[in-house]
Amino acid sequence: MNKIFLIIQREYLTRVKKKSFIIMTILGPLLLAGLMIVPIWLTMQKPDKQRIEVIDESYLFSDLIPEKEFIHFDYPNISFDQAQEGFYDTNYDAILYIPSNILEGGKAIKLFYKNPIGVATEEYIGSTISKMMYDVILAQNKVDFNAIKDAEVNSRFRVITEKLEASGKSKKTDTGLSMAIGIGAGVLIYMFIFLYGTQVMRGVMEEKTSRIVEVILSSVKPFHFMMGKIIGVALVGLTQFLLWVILTATLYGVATVTILKNIDMNQIQQKEHILKIGADLKYMDMKKIDQPNEITQIWNDFRSIDMVSILLCFLFYFLAGYFLYSAFFAAVGSAVDSEADTQQFMLPITIPLIFSLIIAPYAIQDPESSLIFWFSMIPLTSPIVMMVRLPFGVPAWELALSMSLLVLSFIFTTWLAAKIYRTGILMYGKKVSWRELGKWLFYKE
Amino acid sequence: MQNILSAKNIVKRYATHTALNDVSLEIPSQCIFGLLGPNGAGKTSLIRIINQITGPDSGELYFSGEKLSQKHIEQIGYLPEERGLYKKMEVGEQALYLAQLKGMKKEEAKKKLKYWFEKFEIDAWWNKKVEELSKGMQQKVQFIVTVLHEPKLLILDEPFSGFDPINSNIIKKEILHLREQGSTILFSTHNMDSVEELCDNIALINKSKKILDGSVKEIRKQFKSNVYEIEFVGSMMGFTNSLWTFGKLLDQTIEGDRCKAFVQLVGETKSNQLLQAVMPVAEIHSFKEIIPSMNDIFIAKVNAEII
Repeated sequence: MNKIFLIIQREYLTRVKKKSFIIMTILGPLLLAGLMIVPIWLTMQKPDKQRIEVIDESYLFSDLIPEKEFIHFDYPNISFDQAQEGFYDTNYDAILYIPSNILEGGKAIKLFYKNPIGVATEEYIGSTISKMMYDVILAQNKVDFNAIKDAEVNSRFRVITEKLEASGKSKKTDTGLSMAIGIGAGVLIYMFIFLYGTQVMRGVMEEKTSRIVEVILSSVKPFHFMMGKIIGVALVGLTQFLLWVILTATLYGVATVTILKNIDMNQIQQKEHILKIGADLKYMDMKKIDQPNEITQIWNDFRSIDMVSILLCFLFYFLAGYFLYSAFFAAVGSAVDSEADTQQFMLPITIPLIFSLIIAPYAIQDPESSLIFWFSMIPLTSPIVMMVRLPFGVPAWELALSMSLLVLSFIFTTWLAAKIYRTGILMYGKKVSWRELGKWLFYKE
Repeated sequence: MQNILSAKNIVKRYATHTALNDVSLEIPSQCIFGLLGPNGAGKTSLIRIINQITGPDSGELYFSGEKLSQKHIEQIGYLPEERGLYKKMEVGEQALYLAQLKGMKKEEAKKKLKYWFEKFEIDAWWNKKVEELSKGMQQKVQFIVTVLHEPKLLILDEPFSGFDPINSNIIKKEILHLREQGSTILFSTHNMDSVEELCDNIALINKSKKILDGSVKEIRKQFKSNVYEIEFVGSMMGFTNSLWTFGKLLDQTIEGDRCKAFVQLVGETKSNQLLQAVMPVAEIHSFKEIIPSMNDIFIAKVNAEII
């Protein structure tokens, strides 16, 4: 036992001290945090202020179009032709042309530009004009504004899904959140198995090709040596995962605190601006009340999903899935002499892994289907598929069955792989076939 | 004194061939034991079995009279023919790791490593990565790692390959020194000169069978064929005639009046009778018995098997 510990220690320390590990550990969270922060940051980037001259032949919108921080409207008293002729002598970015018959329906407003003006501006103008037209039409028909607004506000609702337990208690679930957690966990497990499985394989190959294996096997049993490596690498993976979680959380926290401050300022400015114009007062009010509600709602949903047991299950499938596959990876590493020879043996190992990632979306669509049920039981696919199902709620017996099947099979595959390993690791310069591997299983020790 | 290792009727079969067929060995304590044989004879299989890297299909092994088991691992040191260390690991760290795997305490291993590193003048390399070392240096490191835990039985597979003559000599001296201190060395090699120089006993394995064993002196005596080399001044013709029924001329060289003849004694003839017979016709300069070299014995034995 003492020797296994020594091996684990070496496998762990040499890997953790590697530059590539340190770089990956730092880069990973940066990338992840970047993925989360960059979109927020991008939306905060104000485009250059655009100046637009409005030629409004309908006289409905003059001086009325609400401005945005990046769009400024001018209403020069000139004809459309004049504006077009003089366009390049002015510093306007675009001409907004509104025809006189705009209210007749099915008509177009036109934007003429020098340089492309961007989707945001185009969309803003489109939706603003449309909203204003809507109000104008209502007014023309003498409809009560407030009645319409009330109808609009009060007819909005959300769908709340709740699981009704046999005990009569009900549990709120949020499909979106469950989906995100499930897929996230599944992808992480997939990455972990692949990344660290191949590390085990490379390690075994390194020992075989450098021949140090012979020295070590004169001190320890092949099985202990293999297990020491597998466990050591697992700890490396766990360390990296933990560091990622901590670093990402810190980075995200720091970034959001500094950036969110700006966002709040922006929102306040924006609101003030709109309030000044005096449009859509009621609508804004509704939004203001609705916003914090949504956030607390997500938090409530977050708590409604049993995060502690999901985390525990995640750790279990994370490790058990890795143990199941890494034994195979070790066996492959022991059987070959060079990286190139690994291909033919790698394929059958990677197929079930990739397959479970492919069917993961179906597990979200229909977590209770019998197909998904079986794939969450079969040990080769269960670590990923079960993890995806889990946030939607899985009966305890199914979880227990899936877990025990996984444990049993990783004990079995480890035992099987050890048989191939102890023969392969001492077999130099021989190209092995599947048949050969099969024979190795039956060699006596 | 009790034999340090005895192997009884070891059989090891692989799918397509038999690596060891009923091989028995007795290795006395505190000797240098040569394990000889052509490539593919089964030496490595036997060594791996003694190291408990693999197990025999049948047969038994005893270490100092006890049945060989995992607890003896720490009393055996093994230097495989195919040397290997972790290339990316630092020398000192690696040596410590391997020593601890052999059951040494870290502090003790460190102390002993310091001693050996200084002795082999490689202490400046402690923090270097193995891949930065020359091949000869790596060999030294590996030798140190093998002997560090002061094993009672030291198994060296081709220990001199990869060493230059100077380092070979250092290693040779160390091997002899280790024997004096009580170690037994099992040493597998193709280099017959080093066998004659170092080995007390040998076993010759060919085609998975042991075909010869015993002490080097005995074996060489056993294989001598009563051939004498005689250098003399005189006529070769007269010399040949004088041999008469005592001896048979095998080979001759003549340089002017100096002659050299190889004569094999016939029947029960004693060397003195031969000498007396040729003395009257030739002026003898030297007279010596030809004792076959291990190389000759090796080739003769292995070839005889082929025929």
